[in-house]
Amino acid sequence: MSTPIERLEAWFREAAPAVSFCSLRYVSERSENVSVRRGVVEPIASGDDAGVMVTVADGRGLGYAGTCDLSRAGLQRALERARDWARRTQACAVTDFSAATLGEVRRGEYRTPVATPWDSMPLPDKIGLLREQSERLHADPRIVDWDASLWHTETETLYLTADGTRVQQVLSHLVPGLGCTANDGSETASRTFGGRGFCRQGGLEVLEQAGFSEAAPVLAREALELLAAPNCPTGAMDLLLAPDQLILQIHESIGHPLELDRILGDERNYAGTSFVTPDMFGRYRYGSDLLNVTHDPNDPGEFASYGFDDEGLAARREHIIKDGILMRGLGGHLSQQRTGLPGVANSRATSWNRPPIDRMANLNLESGDATFDGMVRSIERGVFMQTNCSWSIDDSRNKFQFGCERGTLIRDGELREVVKKPNYRGISATFWRNLTHVGRPETREVLGTPFCGKGEPNQVIRVGHAAPACVFAGVQVFGGEVVED
Amino acid sequence: MQDYFYELADFAETLLKTPEVVLLGFSGEESSFVRFNRSAVRQGGAVEQRQLALHLIGDGRRVSTQITASGDAALDRERMGKALGDARERLAVVPQDPYLHYATEVRSTESVQPNRLPEDEGQVVDAIVKAGEGRDLVGIYMAGGIHRGFANSLGQRNWFSTYSHHLDWSFHLDGDRAVKSAYAGFVWNPAEFEERMIRAKGELQALRQPPRTLEPGRYRVYLAPQALEEVVGLLRWGGFGLSARRTRRTPLLRMVADGAGLDPTVRMVEDTRGGLSAGFDEAGFLKPDQVTLIDGGRLGDPLVSARAAKEYGVPANGASRRESPESLSMAGGTIPRQDVLATLGTGIFINNLWYLNYSDRDACRMTGMTRFAAFWVENGELRAPVNVMRFDETLYRMLGDNLVGLTREVELLPDAHSYGGRSTRSLRLPGAVVNDFALTL
Repeated sequence: MSTPIERLEAWFREAAPAVSFCSLRYVSERSENVSVRRGVVEPIASGDDAGVMVTVADGRGLGYAGTCDLSRAGLQRALERARDWARRTQACAVTDFSAATLGEVRRGEYRTPVATPWDSMPLPDKIGLLREQSERLHADPRIVDWDASLWHTETETLYLTADGTRVQQVLSHLVPGLGCTANDGSETASRTFGGRGFCRQGGLEVLEQAGFSEAAPVLAREALELLAAPNCPTGAMDLLLAPDQLILQIHESIGHPLELDRILGDERNYAGTSFVTPDMFGRYRYGSDLLNVTHDPNDPGEFASYGFDDEGLAARREHIIKDGILMRGLGGHLSQQRTGLPGVANSRATSWNRPPIDRMANLNLESGDATFDGMVRSIERGVFMQTNCSWSIDDSRNKFQFGCERGTLIRDGELREVVKKPNYRGISATFWRNLTHVGRPETREVLGTPFCGKGEPNQVIRVGHAAPACVFAGVQVFGGEVVED
Repeated sequence: MQDYFYELADFAETLLKTPEVVLLGFSGEESSFVRFNRSAVRQGGAVEQRQLALHLIGDGRRVSTQITASGDAALDRERMGKALGDARERLAVVPQDPYLHYATEVRSTESVQPNRLPEDEGQVVDAIVKAGEGRDLVGIYMAGGIHRGFANSLGQRNWFSTYSHHLDWSFHLDGDRAVKSAYAGFVWNPAEFEERMIRAKGELQALRQPPRTLEPGRYRVYLAPQALEEVVGLLRWGGFGLSARRTRRTPLLRMVADGAGLDPTVRMVEDTRGGLSAGFDEAGFLKPDQVTLIDGGRLGDPLVSARAAKEYGVPANGASRRESPESLSMAGGTIPRQDVLATLGTGIFINNLWYLNYSDRDACRMTGMTRFAAFWVENGELRAPVNVMRFDETLYRMLGDNLVGLTREVELLPDAHSYGGRSTRSLRLPGAVVNDFALTL
């Protein structure tokens, strides 16, 4: 036998114990990070990680064991440890796990479509590309810090169950990064490439999709502009959000509160609970009629796409909120069993060393029919905010506050002067009901983040979000600290 | 594990070509993780993981690779050989690194703690479940060995092993009302565990009264050490490093640029000697016992990584790449713990804060939420729990103009985070009584 996957599969078929459920999840991830900071090439960093997690349900209990020892003996030890934990906890399990596992056998494969493979560009050319962007970012002596980077990962996973399920997937991720910081005395302003939210699945073609080569001069100019800009005003006004802010709003005040494991209380000690209760599904007005939100792991270029979740459930596009009404939660098979609520295929783990939990994947706000100019024209007094730089929300996911890198005042239907340190705060349960305009597809951007944290033990995972620009009425807006002379 | 790592380091040396140098870092753990919800087990399991960080240096260039160490000597030697070969190929095409900097003076160290954790973890799990009977206990029990190592081809060897447990849990009433607790240590002491459970159950009683909703405004508050942990925890990101200071990205910009200060009683040190982390960095530099970060309310020395040291021409002091404190210790003040309520008088007793972020980084103004148990206090007596509130306040007011005082006692707060692996970070913090603390929503 040749490949690690073939060896593990054969050993697992031989060694899986005779219990009600047994699975193996193998994850291998290769990564490379190339970056240039302040004109200097940082040490090229690569990674090559591999391991397995086995899960055993025995009686009512469920146990897992993750190991980087991929020998036959290592796998055998992991299976024994997982079974020990299943037995040790069967008298005190939160649910009857033997009845909660997915019964059907599934087989399938998924691979990220890649047009221009990462390895097709030699390392010196990548360095050259980043050096060029780095020089363009350093457009003025007042720019005191600047960086350009490319982070590529390729993740191969194999999911097996003792009863015959076999799912193999290969996912390719690219995260291009640009950022610059300008300073003048006690005033510092930063601009980043989409708040570092331009991350996609695919190969180097992502750079063109994201406009990587054109962004640096704009970021530099805007950072300098912010140094001299007045503070964002305070007051209740209309808010036009760019997609690179709206994705955080979706993530924090729609995505997390709708995760079924939060509603079940699993996360109450760490990530928090939810203001959403099981009785709200199917009838609760989450937002205005214009609010349509889908969970779509099938969009091939979005950052958290896959064919199957980490428990083998096939992914498909689902409406989470339709015409403002809450339709279904973000929970995998186990959470659906525990709550009796409809969910999605989103039981996911950060890697082989963590067990799957409910994680939003690609959670998208569907486009509407408003043009960008039309949305601006609709606002008598308001602010256009771009690029998230600060986020905070309570553990029920209700009282939130966000800050952006750049604001532009809107008066009498026209974009006016740029303002610095724009912030806004509100309450999820009412904020989305004040959604008054949703942008057309040409205002939509496909973004995401590699760093969504949750779970005990802690897990950081990739999520994708796509959104058009949107307008919200009567939002509490404010700026930075007023310095007294 | 130590011998295994050192043997791999010896093997790596045999693969080098003159004048190459190799730096090797090791990070590993064997951990049990048991997650609880509603006083029952949600997930129980174990993870063993080992990673090698390999830095190949030659002709003023450096390439870094991280690989998994399986524990199988033959396989790991093969992986290391391949990783070194790949690194050598890339080394030939990367430019020289002007900030390349690593320890060349050989200083080997060893810190190995005995494993005194219980062999039968089932008994621990049973005890936790039993303690939660009739209540709603949520949280996680983590335990096992954590290992860090460094080796270089100059002959330096450093090793750190610790065996610890950390139960991080909360008792919940309805909604978001809860009491948060922790029990961390190197020996599982049933009596101490029981005492902490009893204390938490007592605090839960106080939460049963009808909660009060406060209007936004300015309030006198007491921030317990666990609440101050979130404030200092936010500062850890860029607040104390040399790079952030020199590039003006530090949230303490007004201390750097304008000479702003905090209350003269505020003193913070990176206290490696009193902390729980390894005493060496990834470049092989040993950490000094202490680095004074803030003294007399004024900015002290920054944390300096090896790379930043070369970039800015100052000595390194063992900080990691992110120049973030691992073992920050804040000096206590003069308020005895038993006098906190009396000192607070009328205001809010805040046990926990949550989800902090900057609303104006230059001004070190931060926003966040109260969480778990916060109480309205009148004339030194707890009156009612308080529903969660958002705050938005600058550090300069919190620990400066509006600081009434710090508690005499400081608490050791081991970090419960486990992103990637279990943390060895810790904080030692007092509580703080603060005037005119701004609640906004």
